[in-house]
Amino acid sequence: MALYATYRDVGSVTVVDMGGKITLGDGSALLRKTVRALLEDDRTHIIINLADVDYIDSSGIGELVHAFTSVHNRNGELKLLHLTKKVRDLLQITKLYTVFDVYTDEASAVSSFR
Amino acid sequence: MAQENKHLEVVLDTQVESVNLAEEMCLRVAEAAGFDEEVCYRIGMSVREGVINAFHYGNQERPDKKIHLAMDITDQKLVIHVMDEGKGFKLKDVPDPLAEENILSTSGRGIFLMRAFMDEFSVVPGRTGGAEIIMSKWLPGSANAPTNGQSATDQHESPRKDT
Repeated sequence: MALYATYRDVGSVTVVDMGGKITLGDGSALLRKTVRALLEDDRTHIIINLADVDYIDSSGIGELVHAFTSVHNRNGELKLLHLTKKVRDLLQITKLYTVFDVYTDEASAVSSFR
Repeated sequence: MAQENKHLEVVLDTQVESVNLAEEMCLRVAEAAGFDEEVCYRIGMSVREGVINAFHYGNQERPDKKIHLAMDITDQKLVIHVMDEGKGFKLKDVPDPLAEENILSTSGRGIFLMRAFMDEFSVVPGRTGGAEIIMSKWLPGSANAPTNGQSATDQHESPRKDT
């Protein structure tokens, strides 16, 4: 699957739809660039929709953590939506599954923001 | 009848593209060796992480240095070697990414993933002076293969000799 990241507004929440591989190089760079652009635009309620992300490596995991802490440092929240099995398994064995707020449906994810 | 041992060795440039190339080569070898899709994914991910380690930490992303990748298939297991031209490292010096103080670290999970996904894992001094990661997976149906389909948890470590 081709790498992409687009975003859309759902009320006061920004949903980033990502697809492809979040790995060392282009995938990690795209995630970083996208989140940075959102923060520069003062968007701090962010959901990353990973439904079409079929592969992630340690670099991608690190980039997700970087995004999470960058948003929190701006007093915002970053949540994850629609993890594929491979991504969920990786977050579980690295004990990050409980660090991230993870949702399986978009409406619940959007309404979870305070 | 015992299977004939096979050996494949390549020298890769220190560049991001080598990570994907190494993973793709090892995936083909793993598929040909009879591993199922899930185990191939684990082997591919481990090779990816090993080469990322060599690229970033070992060779410091210096293009004048090389990454040496070798694969051996014996009648029992697939053995993968990833060697860099850096200064080497000791496994005991690698921080635990699951420790509370490291859980939000943006790096340092590669070694952990290789240990989790492969049956055997060690780091030894390489002939280039850098680190050599050696990791293996028991072939399906081999005498030592896990019967539950999961990776073994035992890890064998050969510490680097002090120089």
